[in-house]
Amino acid sequence: MRRNAKLSRRETLIKLIASGGALSLAGCDFDSRSPGVLSILDSVEPLTRTVQRALLAPREALAREYGPQDISSYFKPNGSTAPDDADYQAAAAKGFADWRLEVAGLVENPMQLSLADLRALPARSQITRHDCVEGWSCIAQWTGVPLSSLLAKARLKPQARYIALFCADTLEETLDGNGKYYETIDLIDAAHPQTILAYAMNGAPLPIEHGAPLRLRVERQLGYKMAKYVMRIEAIDSFEALGRGSGGFWEDRGYEWYAGI
Amino acid sequence: MEQATNAPRVIRRHSVLTRVCHWINALCFFMLLMSGMQIFNAYPGLNWGQTTDFQHAFFWLDDGFPGWATLPGIQDLATGRRWHFFFAWLLVANGAVYFGELFLRRHIRDFIPDGHDWRHIPRAIIDHARLRFPKGDEALHYNVLQKLAYLAAILAFPVLILAGLTMSPGMDARFPWLLDLFGGRQSARSIHFLLASFLVAFLIVHLAMVVLSGPINNIRSMITGRYRIEEEDHAA
Repeated sequence: MRRNAKLSRRETLIKLIASGGALSLAGCDFDSRSPGVLSILDSVEPLTRTVQRALLAPREALAREYGPQDISSYFKPNGSTAPDDADYQAAAAKGFADWRLEVAGLVENPMQLSLADLRALPARSQITRHDCVEGWSCIAQWTGVPLSSLLAKARLKPQARYIALFCADTLEETLDGNGKYYETIDLIDAAHPQTILAYAMNGAPLPIEHGAPLRLRVERQLGYKMAKYVMRIEAIDSFEALGRGSGGFWEDRGYEWYAGI
Repeated sequence: MEQATNAPRVIRRHSVLTRVCHWINALCFFMLLMSGMQIFNAYPGLNWGQTTDFQHAFFWLDDGFPGWATLPGIQDLATGRRWHFFFAWLLVANGAVYFGELFLRRHIRDFIPDGHDWRHIPRAIIDHARLRFPKGDEALHYNVLQKLAYLAAILAFPVLILAGLTMSPGMDARFPWLLDLFGGRQSARSIHFLLASFLVAFLIVHLAMVVLSGPINNIRSMITGRYRIEEEDHAA
């Protein structure tokens, strides 16, 4: 009995210390990540976004292009590197021969384009630096179709304000079904001469780990804006109805829509 | 004759603007440091040049900085960035006011060593090592080591901010000279980190000196502005 009392006292003490520790940890966590704190931090976001968008409005502000000697020998693949979505795997097994890029939404002329169709269009090649939000950078050469020329063919309707890119990969299994990768960019970035839909990397067809058959390059932005495994692009007037409403997979998880800072 | 001056004088050492800027800066520095360590942890290595050589980082922390030092305390890059950019704006606004005063009112001259200062560096080092702090009229001015340390810390901030902006691909497109100034995005990231480390070292020495040379008098002078000057003992 005494022994038990002693034991339970000790247990109580240990539990108290443990819960105290857990509480203070949770307390810290609660303070720095709570919705109230985030809403205060977010109060400067419109300022950051406005300044960033204003600075990047001029089309002649080009991302630096590098020489062939600067190409990274190892380019880190990030996010999805081998989508296990059944329809993607089926398309990859056929070398994307039956794959079509769908151009839809607020356009006068919806299109479906095969890889051969895309390769037949005037291309742009650029050797650029890829900057991840995590802090690392790699350089590669990208070849593809300028998004602006594709949109010119599709003829945007006047109400179009953003281009949404829908991808094949599910990066996170979620209950609400919002785990598919997608991105949105505004027409400033969509019209930029270095914004291309790339089908080749370093002179070879785009590898699966880097987004085959087609990925976006939007060179004045951080890596997470550059959607891989692009299946469909849509001109839209608002991204509120997409995913969880913040304009992209990572944007829905707390990252800035305008990125690039 | 010395009688009258033996009672300690009380002077107004720091202007209200300096004091307010000092404490806002202290707050921003801690918040930026802790959220900065959170951001660093997303890729806990440093490289030189434009790109990352994942095999040959010149600095690498296997587990990153510990949770008690980062903001938030768990790995959360997205929220860490929110904290960082919020206090970055506050730092820039506060710094703009402070630098305006520093240059428009020539306050910067308090921190620039003159010929006398340069010649007395060895003596200043010996005095510091012996923890002999100036009294009387000498205490009205910064000594040469103080001037150099404060000047370096003050000037580190704009360079730190520019290096931080160079990590943004958008800023690099708009202001390509940033990449040339720092020698690449990864160099800029490393310089941003090293200057922050320098400021941590500065802060440690700064706090040690505050404690060793009369903490109450020093801290009061940065809150109320009032600083007591101990007169030299002429009796001996």
